[in-house]
Amino acid sequence: MIETIGLTKKYGSFYALQDLNLVVEDSTVFGFVGANGAGKSTTFSILATLLQPTAGDAFINGMSVTKNPQEVRKQIGYVPDFFGVYDQLKTDEYLDFYGASYGIKPKERAVLIPKLLELVNLENKRYEYVDLLSRGMKQRLCLARALIHDPKILILDEPASGLDPRARVEMRDILRELKTMGKTILISSHILPELAEMCDSIGVIDNGKLIAQGSVADIQAQLQSEKVLRVKIIGDMQAVVSFFEMDPFVSQIVELQGKNTLQFFYRGSEEDQLQLLQRAIQQKLPILSFSEEETDLEDVFMAITKGVEIG
Amino acid sequence: MKTLFTNPVLVKELKLRFRNLKSFTGILFYLIAMSVFVFGFIFLATSLTGNGFFRPDESFMLFSMMTYIQLGLILFITPALTAGTISTEREKQTLNILLTTSQTSFQIIFGKMTSSIAFLLLMIVSGLPIYSLVFLYGGVSPSQLLYIFLFYMLTLLAIASIGVMFSTLIRKTIVAIIATYGAMIFLAGVTAFFLLISVQVSQMGMTSPATTMSPMAHFWATINPPAVLLTLLQPPMEEQLQTVTMVPIPLWIGYTIFYILLTAGSLLLAVKKLRVNMNKYK
Repeated sequence: MIETIGLTKKYGSFYALQDLNLVVEDSTVFGFVGANGAGKSTTFSILATLLQPTAGDAFINGMSVTKNPQEVRKQIGYVPDFFGVYDQLKTDEYLDFYGASYGIKPKERAVLIPKLLELVNLENKRYEYVDLLSRGMKQRLCLARALIHDPKILILDEPASGLDPRARVEMRDILRELKTMGKTILISSHILPELAEMCDSIGVIDNGKLIAQGSVADIQAQLQSEKVLRVKIIGDMQAVVSFFEMDPFVSQIVELQGKNTLQFFYRGSEEDQLQLLQRAIQQKLPILSFSEEETDLEDVFMAITKGVEIG
Repeated sequence: MKTLFTNPVLVKELKLRFRNLKSFTGILFYLIAMSVFVFGFIFLATSLTGNGFFRPDESFMLFSMMTYIQLGLILFITPALTAGTISTEREKQTLNILLTTSQTSFQIIFGKMTSSIAFLLLMIVSGLPIYSLVFLYGGVSPSQLLYIFLFYMLTLLAIASIGVMFSTLIRKTIVAIIATYGAMIFLAGVTAFFLLISVQVSQMGMTSPATTMSPMAHFWATINPPAVLLTLLQPPMEEQLQTVTMVPIPLWIGYTIFYILLTAGSLLLAVKKLRVNMNKYK
């Protein structure tokens, strides 16, 4: 289990992470979503014992990362967002080195390495130099490396970033397999749909604060309470904008460039929405169409993180 | 000893270093340069005197010159080999992964330093057959050679530790290399300058021989590798220095203590600073 209590990281007066309280249950996959610089990697670095928190603490299987970092390292497999590989080292030697670094005996390593390479579909690259592997292969190799000591917990910082669609699918398949193996996985991404299908629950972080947490369905439900409406106009745009601005349920009105269309968030009920449309017709506003936009997880993320840029 | 050779960082570093063609060409050119120097010296000495033989005092002179050249090699190559050990890992983004393994900071630092030293030792040892040529002509005792190699080892360890320390403390390799060369120049060059000044100051207004102690002059001589090497090669120089400083302690004793402390201090700092102190804010 992973648990953070009031985890805070401050650089001068800037909060990279503020009072993070998080619980990831055993054998579940937790997706950590946030824009670049939101605080995902800071959280992961603290959990991986690479960064010291300013306040609060984090616990891996009940062990404090601040008080018992050496034991925590044995419990986790960490894949950072950016990592390098050693030149002139072959794939099996790369894994052998890290196996030795975790104190695994040479005989055990000899059995483990082919199995791990098979798990990440790199068995045919066993004697290739690691620096010559593609980005996707390096990413999978790094995952195999993180698994070498059979950790119960995996901390994966943007494992699919920079990968082509095929490599992303391969990575997703491997993670699904790890999930079936009962690993507790904490995975981050700045793309919510990428995580949705494999995560049991997700947390959305923005400006160092956890602003939403729950199952994927819960987070999606949050969106259902906030619709995106589109209004196509022929004529005086300003009058229509002023009309909608007066409505208490309307927020963030944006004009779609060159389309004579307004788009905004609406929090009211369906009855409220009907009344809004009726009032617009009574006032004879030049509205050609009034429709509700289909929303996906990307919109949820944008709405939750308040980074709405529609159009 | 078993744990020494099962240190994963050491094994990996040695593997990488000896897969690199640069390592072999480095040793090759070093041996060629050394051979040219030794055989050139013998050729010049025999042909210029016209005797056709090489006298023991000339052999000792050759030995002394080679000893200083080896010291120069240690002082100039060690910073380049060690000051990038940790910072290069940081620049290549391999350090974070290494730090999340269950290896202790000491194991990592020790493996990194030992692999760098091992290469330099190989270089020195590979030159031994050429170096031993002086024994053919006499003038040098094996015990003298042993002392000088022990002196090399200590100097090498100290400079390597300083290099690893700067590599741990400083993010950029190039800055770490400059800092290590700075420390090396201070120890080998600036201390010699301070020694001269201290001797001059202590002798100001005095007629020789000196009557008061000059511990500062002795200290600067003690930590200066070329000065200590000189006393190892020419023991009478030790007595001469003692008549000036009035400190009756052989330089090698102070040198050994100072450089062991310097090595231990540098390594301790590197080990402490390699990983963040997770519990610092508490």
